[in-house]
Amino acid sequence: MEYNKAQMNTEPKTDNRSLALTALEDFKGFAFYHLGRFSLFAVSFSTVLIVLLIFFFVIQQGLPFFKNFGITEFFTSKQWYPEAGEPKFGALSIIVGSLYVTIAALILSVPMAILTAVFLSEIVSHKIRNLVKPVIELLAAIPSVAYGFFAVLVLAPFLQTEFGLSTGTNALNASIILAIMALPTIISVAEDSITAIGRDLREASYGLGATRFETIFFVVIPAAHSGIIAAIVLGMMRAIGETMVVWMASGNANQIPSPWWDLTQSVRTMTATIAGDMGETSKGSPHYQSLFAIGIILLAMTFLLNIVSEYFLASAGKNSRKK
Amino acid sequence: MKKNLFTMVLVLTAVWVCNLSAAEKTLQIEGSTTVGPIADAFTEAFSQAYPDVKITVTKNGSGNGAAALVDSRCDIAMMSRFMKLDEFTASVDKGIMPVAHAIAMDGICIIVHPSNPVTELSLAQLHDIFTGAVKNWKELGGPDMPIVAISRDTSSGTYETFDHFVMRKDKMDASIEYVSSNPQVHSRVKTTAGAIGYVGVGFLDAEVKGLKVNGIMPSKQTVAGGTYPLSRPLFLFTNGYPALGTISHKFCTFYLTEKGQEIIEAKGFVPVTKY
Repeated sequence: MEYNKAQMNTEPKTDNRSLALTALEDFKGFAFYHLGRFSLFAVSFSTVLIVLLIFFFVIQQGLPFFKNFGITEFFTSKQWYPEAGEPKFGALSIIVGSLYVTIAALILSVPMAILTAVFLSEIVSHKIRNLVKPVIELLAAIPSVAYGFFAVLVLAPFLQTEFGLSTGTNALNASIILAIMALPTIISVAEDSITAIGRDLREASYGLGATRFETIFFVVIPAAHSGIIAAIVLGMMRAIGETMVVWMASGNANQIPSPWWDLTQSVRTMTATIAGDMGETSKGSPHYQSLFAIGIILLAMTFLLNIVSEYFLASAGKNSRKK
Repeated sequence: MKKNLFTMVLVLTAVWVCNLSAAEKTLQIEGSTTVGPIADAFTEAFSQAYPDVKITVTKNGSGNGAAALVDSRCDIAMMSRFMKLDEFTASVDKGIMPVAHAIAMDGICIIVHPSNPVTELSLAQLHDIFTGAVKNWKELGGPDMPIVAISRDTSSGTYETFDHFVMRKDKMDASIEYVSSNPQVHSRVKTTAGAIGYVGVGFLDAEVKGLKVNGIMPSKQTVAGGTYPLSRPLFLFTNGYPALGTISHKFCTFYLTEKGQEIIEAKGFVPVTKY
């Protein structure tokens, strides 16, 4: 009797519902499933839609410029006087300026970033790595206007007094700051891809008698090259799209440095031109459209870089899966 | 919760209705980015004195201000120059009589690094510096040091004035650096030995050296008196003289009051009146 009672208490509550669903329940389930799917689809699709609309808007605003003024002057002339009585829209030195600071920033940041990534993933203990990596990623959290102030108030006078440059806001200044800003991106992605290389490769290398140095530089890095290239491209996108810092640090002189390797001269970038000129252009004027034309070029460049990085990231993923 | 929502809707509707009734007392101001800060500060002062008046200030350039007045899209047009003849005739053709109110004087001061021995430049010399014809201070009686010429961005009113008085129709050289605000010009000139730049008179201080232009030192007196060559009046334009006692009239004559004058001085301009 006692035993029976206890057994009854532990028995699960009886559920009288039949296993078959009623028509209403069936419909409810159907509705919830599809409503849920639809709302998730709508949310993700709206993101895609935003990107498409931005593309559409920039191209729609910028295309009339190419129709009215052609593309020859835009890409070959260095004369950028959009508000003159007889306006001139030669964006060559602006496009070149963007490439200048971006490439110089990469030259400064890539070796440092890859060595840091190697150090973090191969050499240092896990404990220290977990301490250092967040600090590096903190660099990405500093607002770009703060970097800009640093460039104008600290780095520019420093370059002038220490290196005797006549002007401190120049391509070099902007490149140094952009390099610092690109570091966290490159380090993070490169470190991930180096870590993703499996133990088997390393052990095989050591087994063949390679030193640690040889293993890292002739086995691990070549094996991780797709991820590292993707990291560099992502860093490049960060640098080419940056606006506030270059607007403050590059000097914005509308020229191609001569001689061409002289980074201590001021340059002007595409992003800075758009940001600086947009203020007073009246909507629909040639100047306004020309800024959107620059926007199209910039968009095309970042889009291309994005595809490249996607390609390398995808092949990096494939490589690590193969192992 | 539902009740809360209902009350909220009710309150919002009430606020909206109140806005509608107040909408009769609005003042649309449009035009120059140079005059903009003054209009903004006037608006702030007015929002305390006349809380039921809604003033909107749009800063989109003198030309747009004139166009808006011609199309009756604004009550007051801010302009850092006088109306051009075609703007004036277009306006009269539409039955609108533009009346100018000069509310302040704007002077542009040429500044160099304090260590620079040069004390004076002529308009022609300034022109040569910014067209790139002169590239070294040696040519202007200074030390052998390359000139770093710094300009405001082309969308600023200060640039517009400088362009008008100094550049005339000529283009600035490609080596000219551009920065986006008066304080930035100031800080670049302060830290760069070979620099030359221009700022509104309000930004001249002991950390940089103001130059005489055509032999005249920029000061409140020389700017207001018109003897300093880089000075110009700033205007508000209305359709006819505003009816006395209206908010538009009060706004256009606010520069005559002590408070208005203080605001103009605080924004770095020179008042036309003296108390």
